[in-house]
Amino acid sequence: MKTLKEAKKRLLQMHYEAGVGHIGGNLSCLEILFALAQVMTEQDKLIISKGHAAGAQYVTQWAMQPDSIDLSTFHRDGTNLAGHLPNTGSLGHGLGLAAGFALHKKLWKIPGTVYCLMSDGEWDEGSNWEALRFIYDAELSSHIKIIIDCNGYQGFKETPGICSLGMSLEAYGPFQCNGHDIDDIVKSLAHPECIILEADTIKGYGVSFLEDKLESHYDPLTYEQYQQALLEVENA
Amino acid sequence: MRKALVKALMDRADDPNFVFLTGDLGYKALEPLRDKMGERFINAGVAEQNMVTVAAGLAACDNIPWCYSIAPFLYARAFEQIRNDVCQANRAVMLVGNGAGYAYGVMGPSHHALNDYGALLTLPNIRCLIPAFASDIPAMVAKMFTSYSSRATYLRLGVAEEPADYVPPAYYAPWRQLSYVVDAPTVIVVGSIVGSYLPDLLDICNLWVVSELPSLLPMDDIDAYGNVLIVEEHVEHGSFGAAAIGKLSSELCTVEHRFARGYPSGTYGSKEFHRKESLLDKDSIVQWIRTCAS
Repeated sequence: MKTLKEAKKRLLQMHYEAGVGHIGGNLSCLEILFALAQVMTEQDKLIISKGHAAGAQYVTQWAMQPDSIDLSTFHRDGTNLAGHLPNTGSLGHGLGLAAGFALHKKLWKIPGTVYCLMSDGEWDEGSNWEALRFIYDAELSSHIKIIIDCNGYQGFKETPGICSLGMSLEAYGPFQCNGHDIDDIVKSLAHPECIILEADTIKGYGVSFLEDKLESHYDPLTYEQYQQALLEVENA
Repeated sequence: MRKALVKALMDRADDPNFVFLTGDLGYKALEPLRDKMGERFINAGVAEQNMVTVAAGLAACDNIPWCYSIAPFLYARAFEQIRNDVCQANRAVMLVGNGAGYAYGVMGPSHHALNDYGALLTLPNIRCLIPAFASDIPAMVAKMFTSYSSRATYLRLGVAEEPADYVPPAYYAPWRQLSYVVDAPTVIVVGSIVGSYLPDLLDICNLWVVSELPSLLPMDDIDAYGNVLIVEEHVEHGSFGAAAIGKLSSELCTVEHRFARGYPSGTYGSKEFHRKESLLDKDSIVQWIRTCAS
């Protein structure tokens, strides 16, 4: 079992060695994945809809069970650890998929919860609104919890400029939490009425020059940036 | 190629009918175009289906709308919108899919475009442009603003792969013969993967490149060459090769088709890794030519 700090450093190392970006959106959801690792049981299921958070998912698995995954293969030829998770693509796939798993639990009376981690930007996709309506129409809300990583940025713009997510979701009574406070995330998810959890996060969290920067969605780290990032995480 | 595309579009940016929509992509590429086009450059968000339908509406009002995204996010995500609102309604929407074939490499299969032109060419009123070299882009953009602007067009944007010292043909054409070698086999390649075979193939085969589909390549001329290899970074179904083989029926001609086989090992990797798994890499092509000669 590894600590959050060790996981962050390993995430940075992994992305630096592979020369790939998407670091900002991985750092914004790492505490959420650690919180989910605490609350989830074997009966539960996690769907990560923001597929570019593959690194955070791999490193969380490594942190929980270090021998279960070989992170050195990340982004290498012949790897199982590709840069994006399956069932993502243009985004807006995960929630419908999670609804399918939740419907299965309902129909077969199987205990457990389906958790779906999403980005805020991907709510641009209309498919999410179709899935959300389906979840309520099919009365799946007791089988599913949706966590939205609200880091405020997407591919080519800040999120609020494109999609006023908060206003749109208000009718569904979302809960809010500090997305970098594991205890707050766990406590919020434990509330029985919490179906949608808006996690207030910072893109590139924990590395000053990545925080709240669109660039951290794409740009890989230079050697100097990598060393600086490691130092900041170590001293945090 | 993306740089060449932006440069060519910058020259058209003042056309008041030209509207550019992006599906929230284009970081470190589209910024100059965005700044020059002002309100006619629209970030439609991560909402490709709506983006295409908006473009169809714009086209119906005599605008020239361009939609940009990573290729599968466009042709696959918004396929019904492309079918109904663009192609069946015969509206001239220009679709730019970035990342031909395995171009996105280890980013994963969600980002690969292995069935784009096959799927799109099942639709009416659409043509696919598949540049082989970055220098093809200005001519293609010119077409899309003139003769092509009366019909929908899909531009499959790859990466320029030719060596720095290779000089592409001075002219653009829907198909071109890049080399002539007497009594050598013929290799027909679709799109920019041809650059990865240069210069090695130039001296050992008759090398052709196809850049527009449906193809107008004169298959009757090729029929007499004997051994023919068709190469493309696309799955077999709906491919150029599948259509071409039926036209190469002469007894004088033996045809082999190399196409994208998906993910045979079930693992992922670089563009080069996936090409090798499908025998699309240069060494495998050279090996085929050598075998023909022996």
